[in-house]
Amino acid sequence: MTEQKFDAIVIGAGMSGNAAAYTMASQGLKVLQLERGEYPGSKNVQGAIMYADMLEKIIPNFRDDAPLERHLVEQRFWIMDDTSHTGVHYRSEDFNEVKPNRYTIIRTQFDKWFSRKVREAGATVLCETTVTELVRDTKGKVIGVCTDRAGGVVFADVIVLAEGVNGLLGTRAGLRESPKPETVALAVKEMHFLPEEVIEQRFGLKADEGCVIEAAGTISRSMAGLAFLYTNKESVSLGIGCLVSAFTSTMESPYVLLDAFRNHPSIRPLIEGSEVKEYAAHLIPEGGYKAIPQLFGDGWVVVGDAAQLNNAVHREGSNLAMTSGRIAGEAIVQLKSRMDPMTKQNLALYKTMLDESFVVKDLIKYKDMPALLHTNSRNFFMTYPQLMSKAAQNFMRVDGTPKLEKERATIADFIRARSRWGLVSDAVRLAFAWR
Amino acid sequence: MTTIVTKLRVEDKLYQNRYLVDSGRPHIKVRPHERPSATLLALTRVCPAKCYELNDRGQVEIAADGCMECGTCRILCEASGEITWNYPRGGFGVLFKFG
Repeated sequence: MTEQKFDAIVIGAGMSGNAAAYTMASQGLKVLQLERGEYPGSKNVQGAIMYADMLEKIIPNFRDDAPLERHLVEQRFWIMDDTSHTGVHYRSEDFNEVKPNRYTIIRTQFDKWFSRKVREAGATVLCETTVTELVRDTKGKVIGVCTDRAGGVVFADVIVLAEGVNGLLGTRAGLRESPKPETVALAVKEMHFLPEEVIEQRFGLKADEGCVIEAAGTISRSMAGLAFLYTNKESVSLGIGCLVSAFTSTMESPYVLLDAFRNHPSIRPLIEGSEVKEYAAHLIPEGGYKAIPQLFGDGWVVVGDAAQLNNAVHREGSNLAMTSGRIAGEAIVQLKSRMDPMTKQNLALYKTMLDESFVVKDLIKYKDMPALLHTNSRNFFMTYPQLMSKAAQNFMRVDGTPKLEKERATIADFIRARSRWGLVSDAVRLAFAWR
Repeated sequence: MTTIVTKLRVEDKLYQNRYLVDSGRPHIKVRPHERPSATLLALTRVCPAKCYELNDRGQVEIAADGCMECGTCRILCEASGEITWNYPRGGFGVLFKFG
């Protein structure tokens, strides 16, 4: 490795790292990006939905050559029990626009593309390089990194930690705590390959249109969790995730849940005949605003999943990652242009700018939601889904029972399951957490 | 019987994945123990790659070759010292084709 000093070293080539490296390199900074995988994306897993607005702010003309799968025209939210789903669907022709808002992507392909842009912007990208340690000076300022390649320390004015949810460096250096089992979800995913026209027939799509299903209910076996189905061009991403703390208390296995979801009567026909080509697992930050760690210090900033920046309610992560990476990059560029040193005091600019963005504002909005859903998971992920399914079926089934009796029976079911006080209290707490 | 079926299924799933195994240098190690703690025992169920197994002496063992590096076991058992967790050397470990 070269003995030269860089303006910035970015650790990790995921969404946040690429955004940071691109932003800094395209403004003329001398940037080194280190990635432990064989190629950018080889360690990265996402559903995946990509939000155009946040990428446009980094690479405005990304649609020219980015590997995009389908733009989304339909979203289905399902509440499931073991044999049914109750759903809210939204589909609109308005989503067939010149510059669509949301796309499905395949992360490995997308990350390779994004990394190419980073290199074209002038950054040096080294793969197959695991950073083993942060190097500090006598005053504790982070001044460089050690890697598992020969060549010793590489120095830089500032280190951008974009090391992901399971980032070892920052936690081992004591810059932030490791995530807790209560603040991360474990998600597993399969890639089901099907011919393009089969996907389009089954979901009622024209070329390039996409549909996503997000489902909660008894499929997570009373744990706080969410399952998803995303349509790609020639494949369907199918996955489910639940809190790590929930997995350990129930002793459920993630692959058993995924198999049950795949075999659910509402899902099975959609993926019938598919060929599975990959099985992946990854953690997702779920702690929300209250889990955000210290974001900057002397000679370092932390971005993306490593900083727990994920909106669990809206299932947005990659756009928060991209945005935090971009903002960190812009803050560093600003400091650099003023010849300001990368001290803790100066790097506070990154947090100030992030606080002004949708990233922190959205997380503040939902700051009480994780605790509500996690501590009341049996009600929200088991009892209510079962009640809703029963109510819906009672409403649909015509069996000679007078309608008034049917309604009374449904109301009685809800009260029996949660009590009048419980129903009111759940509604109020949900409303307050949403507010 | 069900556990055997499940085990086969997970191995089938992992068979689709691409790995570059760093032979003789596992990136996760389990601390030798007489009886596993409840959390360590939970890894035999929670690990999505089913890397953790109970041996006939009732101890938890790991075969990390199929590890997808999600970090769940690290979150659960690193702080107590029951496991040590490091990244594989650069370029080694799971290599997602699609991610």
